[in-house]
Amino acid sequence: MSFGPHLLLALLEGTVTAFVLALTALGLSLVFGVMRIVNVAHGEFFMLGAVLAWAFSSLVPGMPALGFLLALVGSALVVGTVAIAADRLILRRLNYAPEATIVATIGLLYIIQQVVLTVYGPNAHPVVPPINFRVVFPWFGYSGYKLVVIGASAALLGATWYTLTRTRLGLIMRATQFDRETAQSFGIPVDRVYSAVFALGAMLAAVAGVLIVPIQQAHYLMGLDPLLLSFIVVILGGLGNLRGTVMAAFVIGLSDGVISVFFSATLAKIIATLFVALVLVVRREGLFGEKAR
Amino acid sequence: MDHSKKDSNTKRLIRVSRRNVIKGLGAASALTASGLVPGAMRYAQAQSSAPIKIGFQAHLTGIGAAYGRWYQRTTLAAVKLINDTGGIGGRPIELVTEDDGTDPKRGAEVVEKFATEHKVDFVFGTLFSHVVVGSAPTAGQLKMPYFVVSEGYHVASGKLNRYVFQPGITDVRSQVISMAPWVAGNLGKKVAMIFPDYAFGHDHRDFFTKAIAAQGGEAIKHIPVPATETSYTRYFAQIPAETEVIYHVMVGPGVLTFVKEMGEHFGSKRPQIFGFIDSLEAVDMASPGLEFLDGTYFWEAFPRYAQKDQSAFDKFYRQAVGVNENGAAVDDPKDVSTYSHMFGCWETLYVIKAAVEQSGYRSATPKDKAALIESVEAMTDFAESNEHPQGAKKFNGQLHQVFAHQSISKVEGGRLNVVHRTAIEDGMYEPEADYRTQSL
Repeated sequence: MSFGPHLLLALLEGTVTAFVLALTALGLSLVFGVMRIVNVAHGEFFMLGAVLAWAFSSLVPGMPALGFLLALVGSALVVGTVAIAADRLILRRLNYAPEATIVATIGLLYIIQQVVLTVYGPNAHPVVPPINFRVVFPWFGYSGYKLVVIGASAALLGATWYTLTRTRLGLIMRATQFDRETAQSFGIPVDRVYSAVFALGAMLAAVAGVLIVPIQQAHYLMGLDPLLLSFIVVILGGLGNLRGTVMAAFVIGLSDGVISVFFSATLAKIIATLFVALVLVVRREGLFGEKAR
Repeated sequence: MDHSKKDSNTKRLIRVSRRNVIKGLGAASALTASGLVPGAMRYAQAQSSAPIKIGFQAHLTGIGAAYGRWYQRTTLAAVKLINDTGGIGGRPIELVTEDDGTDPKRGAEVVEKFATEHKVDFVFGTLFSHVVVGSAPTAGQLKMPYFVVSEGYHVASGKLNRYVFQPGITDVRSQVISMAPWVAGNLGKKVAMIFPDYAFGHDHRDFFTKAIAAQGGEAIKHIPVPATETSYTRYFAQIPAETEVIYHVMVGPGVLTFVKEMGEHFGSKRPQIFGFIDSLEAVDMASPGLEFLDGTYFWEAFPRYAQKDQSAFDKFYRQAVGVNENGAAVDDPKDVSTYSHMFGCWETLYVIKAAVEQSGYRSATPKDKAALIESVEAMTDFAESNEHPQGAKKFNGQLHQVFAHQSISKVEGGRLNVVHRTAIEDGMYEPEADYRTQSL
C-alpha cells in the first residue's frame, strides 16, 4: 500500500481509538477531578458495559439495531447503579481517603472481574453490530460500524460537555470540584453529588464498552487495556482537567493509530508510556493542566 | 476406618483410669495423625484397585478458556470410557482438575499443588506454550511425569526436561514443514505471515520461513501481533501489494475479530489465504463477517467437519465426546469445538494407560516413575484406532514427541473440506535433542 492510503487507514484507526479513549478517560478524569479519588476499577466498568451489551442484545435475537439501543441504555443504567452502590457501600465509608480508595477500588476490580467470570464465563462472545456495511476505498475496505462509533462517541462527548458546562447539575459538580467545603456550606448535597459523579464516570466507561463490543467481542479480561490507556491520557491531560483529557486522548489515540500502522503496536505503547514519564518529569501538572492552586 | 479403631481403643481404656484414657487417646490420635493406619490400608489397596490419580492442568479461565472447555470435555469422555472398560490395569482413573488461568506462574503452582497436596501420579493436559514452558521446570524438579497437549516445539527442542512428554499431538515445527510444499505448489511463493508475538508464533515464523525458502518461495513480510491485541485492522496495512499468499495463525479471544477485520480489509480483492485453524478454533464458520473466507485454506490436524471418507474411529470418538458432524457440541450446535487440538487429550490418556500397563507402574516411587518414563520412550508406533482416532502416529522417544498426518482443508459453502492429507514423513525433521541422556 502506498503512503497516502496507508496514512488514511492509520488516521481512521487512530480516530476510532481516540474517541473511545476520550469517553473512557473522561469518566476517570471526572471522578478524579470532583471526588479526588483514583478509580482503579474504571476499566472493569468498561468491561461490564461490554458484557451487559452482549446480555441485552441476546434478549432480542435477530434484531441487532434494537438490541444495540437496548444495550446502550440498559448497560449504562445497570453500571450506573453498580457504581452508586459501590460509592455508598465502600467509598463513602472510607471518607474518600485517597490511599484507602485506591486499595478499595483494586478490590472492586477483582470483585467485578470474578463475578463476571462466574456468571458470564471465561469465553469471548461476539455482539452483532447494529449496522453492518463495508466502506470501500479504492485501496482497502473499512468497517462501516467503526465510523458509527466515531459519530456516537462524538455525540456523547458533546452531551457530557453540555451537561457539565450548561446545566445546573454541571454547575453543582463544578462547584463541588472547585471547593468542596464552600459548596457544602452553600447547601449543595455533596454526598449525592459524589454518588452522581461516580455513577456518571462509570457510565461513560460502560457506554464506551458498549460501543466497542461489536468490534472486539465481550471478554471478562478486556478492562485492563482501557484502564492503562485512560491513566496515560488522564496524566497527560492534567489530573481532573476535562478539556485536557479529551485533547490528550486525541494525541494518544492518533499517535497510537499512526505509529502502530507504520511501525508496530508495541512501539506505540512504548512511546506513549515514555511520553507520560517525560511529561511527569518536565510538566507535572500535565500537558494541558494548570499549575496547582 | 481409623475412627472405629480410635473408638474401640477408647472403650477398652475407659475401664482402666482417666490417665490411661488420655494416654490412649493420645496414642490413637498420634497413630491417626502420622497416617500409619490409613497409609498401610492404602498400600494394601494399591495392589488391587486403588485409583491412578491424574492431575489435569486445565485452562478453564484466561485467554485459553475456549480450548480449556473442550480439553475438559474430551478428557472427561476419555476417562469415563477407560474407567467403564476396566480402567488402567484394573485400576480406575481419578481425575483431579485444577485451573491455571492460562497463566505460566499459576501453571507452575498448579503442578506443585498436584504433587504435594493431591499427590497425583501424573500431570497432564497443558496447552498454551507459555504455560508449558513456565510449568515444565517445576515438573522436572518434582520428578513428576508431565504429559502436555500443546503443539509447541518446546518439547522436541530439547529445552525442557526428561519428565515432559508430548505423545498426543504433533509440534508446530512438524506441522509447518509439512504444509510448505503444498502452499508453494498450489497457492504461491511470496508469503506474508501474521502470527502472535510469543514463542508459539515465533515457531511458526522461524520454521515456515525456512520451509518455504526450501521450496523456492520467500516469506516477504513478518507481521507479529501482540498476544493481548484486540483490534487487527492496522496490521493488514503492512501486507505488501505483491503478496501472493497470506499465512495467518492467531489464538485467544480475539480470533473472530481477526478474521472479520481481515475480510473487511480485503473484501473480494484478496490474495490467496492460508491459515492455521487455530485462528478459527471454537469459532462458528457461520458467524457474520466470515463469508469472505470462502475459498481460503486451513491447516487442520483433525478435520472439524465429518468428511465423506470419515473413519469409524472418528465416528466413535465424536460420539463419545458429544460432537456432531459439524464439529459442534451435540446439545448446542453453536458451541463449536477445538477439534484440531482436543483429540490430543484423548490420545495422550491412552498413551499413559499403555505406559502404566507396560511398565508395571504401581505407585509414585522413583523406581516406578523411571520405569514408566523409559517405557514411554521405548514407544514407536501408534496404529489408527479408537484409542488414536486422529490417525496413525510415529513417536520419537529421543525427542518425547509424536508425529502424525496433517490435513489441508478448503472453506466451501461455510464448511471445511479436506483437499490434501500429508504423510507422517512430510513432518519429520532431524532431531536436535536426546532427552534419554538426562538422568532420572
